[in-house]
Amino acid sequence: MTTPTLEQFKHDAAEKTADLHHRAVIQKAIATYDAAVARGRLRFADWQNARSHAAAIKWETINHLDRYLEQFERNVLANGGHVFWAETAEDARVHVLQLARQHGVEKVVKSKSMTTEEIHLNDALEVAGIHTVETDLGEYICQIRGEPPYHIVTPVMHLTKADIARTFQQKLGAPLTDSAEELTMIARARLRQEFLTADMGITGANFAIADTGMVAITENEGNARLSFSLPRVHVAIVGIEKLIPSFEDLALFWPLLSASGTGQAITAYSSLIGGPRQERETDGPREFHVILLDNGRTRLLADAEQRDALHCIRCGACLNACPIYKNVGGHAYGTTYQGPIGSVITPHLRDAEEWSHLPYASSLCGACTDVCPVRIDLHHHLLHNRRNAVQNKFDDPIQRLLFRIWLATMQSPMAYAVASRLGNLALRLGIAQRLLKPWTATREFPTPPKQSFKDYWRQHGRRA
Amino acid sequence: MVTVLRRLNVDVYYPKEQTCCGQPAFNTGYWDEARTLATRYCEIFAEADAIVSPSGSCTAMVRNFYPELLGKANQTTAHTYEFAEFLVKKLGVTDVGAKFSARVTYHDACHALRELRLKDEPRQLLRNVKGVELIEMDQAETCCGFGGTFSVKFPMISYAMDEVKVTSIQKTGAQYVVSTDSSCLMQIDGYLRRQNLPIKTISLAEVLAAT
Repeated sequence: MTTPTLEQFKHDAAEKTADLHHRAVIQKAIATYDAAVARGRLRFADWQNARSHAAAIKWETINHLDRYLEQFERNVLANGGHVFWAETAEDARVHVLQLARQHGVEKVVKSKSMTTEEIHLNDALEVAGIHTVETDLGEYICQIRGEPPYHIVTPVMHLTKADIARTFQQKLGAPLTDSAEELTMIARARLRQEFLTADMGITGANFAIADTGMVAITENEGNARLSFSLPRVHVAIVGIEKLIPSFEDLALFWPLLSASGTGQAITAYSSLIGGPRQERETDGPREFHVILLDNGRTRLLADAEQRDALHCIRCGACLNACPIYKNVGGHAYGTTYQGPIGSVITPHLRDAEEWSHLPYASSLCGACTDVCPVRIDLHHHLLHNRRNAVQNKFDDPIQRLLFRIWLATMQSPMAYAVASRLGNLALRLGIAQRLLKPWTATREFPTPPKQSFKDYWRQHGRRA
Repeated sequence: MVTVLRRLNVDVYYPKEQTCCGQPAFNTGYWDEARTLATRYCEIFAEADAIVSPSGSCTAMVRNFYPELLGKANQTTAHTYEFAEFLVKKLGVTDVGAKFSARVTYHDACHALRELRLKDEPRQLLRNVKGVELIEMDQAETCCGFGGTFSVKFPMISYAMDEVKVTSIQKTGAQYVVSTDSSCLMQIDGYLRRQNLPIKTISLAEVLAAT
């Protein structure tokens, strides 16, 4: 059934697919990514085996998530940190605001985190009068443009260097330049001051390690390291699916994530946070807080069929492989998580009816499933979501009726034969073309064959 | 397909009561409707040694999705093959004695490629056709954008994908684009004809039948 969200999606998809410049920009960015990732995978002796191994570890973790989460909590507490279990986005936001008030926080620096995007944390902080600064270059550009990230790994994939230079000129009053280095220096000069004067650092987590109580953060700019080490308080907001059982698992997951995310052997900065500043240490935050976020994830966990969607390590490979993403881009989805993984999990994490159209916005080509480093059965889960939508009666009643009629036709060879002839006639008279207007508006429908296969068989079937 | 199979001395039978495998319903979420047709298919084809279809998509529906839909695999689902797959993997034939003089490019139909893992089989068959010059396009594995009801529900996305596909085909300078699946070819042909482009679509089975 149609919803305003679906209408918005159709509107945005039509606008973006008609924008050839936009499509060229992202397809070029993804082509560069593809080349890097192809090289990245070659560093693995056996990429397919690495995927299977990673999937097995994630399967174990997700199927015993209760146990690993409690183990993680015990170890964080033992290291002197704090753990808060947030069932909803609001629980998480309220807790962050409480911590901020408690510590007299006026300024927050943030490193890149899709989880904080998911709970709309920046808005909540700004409303509370707390100045919040994104410090990842891409996220910083998004923030000053007032846009959500375009891609879970590459927030400004849709912008060219010239677009960014214009943004800096308009929003920061910076001189126009076509040098990437100069653009980076403009952001860097501003961000350095923010790091030095911030009271709280908020990060996400790429992995939460159960047996050590550590949070692992992967980045390329050093901004995350500054975000969690300079301010007095560090808050890491962690989706509960980010758990891995053991410290040793990082040996696989760090290179797996970087190979799939950017093609790198390992990202430039790989940090492990094991707690607040210890007694004999001279730097680091005084307090370390972990917020474990559910926000619908346990609903997905309860669904044995699609539970493996919680394997996701947010590498973005499925977005880059997706021919739909490559043509509509990240903003059209209207979700925090775009592309195939977003279309799989969003109906579970958010309102199932409102987002029931996303699983249908796929040709089911399967390219996503082939690249997923943790072997999530993405395109089959899109099918499962479609079936769930029909079972829950989120489908269009007219479509439902058409499929009933269609089934009746397909169950009877006689009705099928009549329908085939009527179909051919409708084609010849141009009626079928009008009925299939969405398709035929831009394409020619095939001309009906001179002879059907059934007629051919009547003539030639007995020859052998 | 019948011509080629008979050329290879395969005894071909066509059960006239057959209709549709049910994929359109299945892919749109109507699993109960699809299950009815899946059961029907398994009854109609129960006696066959092998069921051969000129479509990777229909074959994937039967072999990969019927077991999930019906709760179990059976002899009929397991013995359903895509045509090129049947020739190369079951009959061990890569040269069917066909002749077709043209520059062609091959489009990987998604379900043949990613559900059935057929990449080399159709190409092996094509290369052995006399007169065929196979030129690979850069985006052979990229979806053409058909996707069944997807192409009607989201025609703008489907059309953009079609455009990407045809641009890639055009760069090869091929006269024909060949594929295992007629639905992909319909999608590509619809774009080619609307734009008055001189490239033609042809199914792999037709190329293999030509002499």
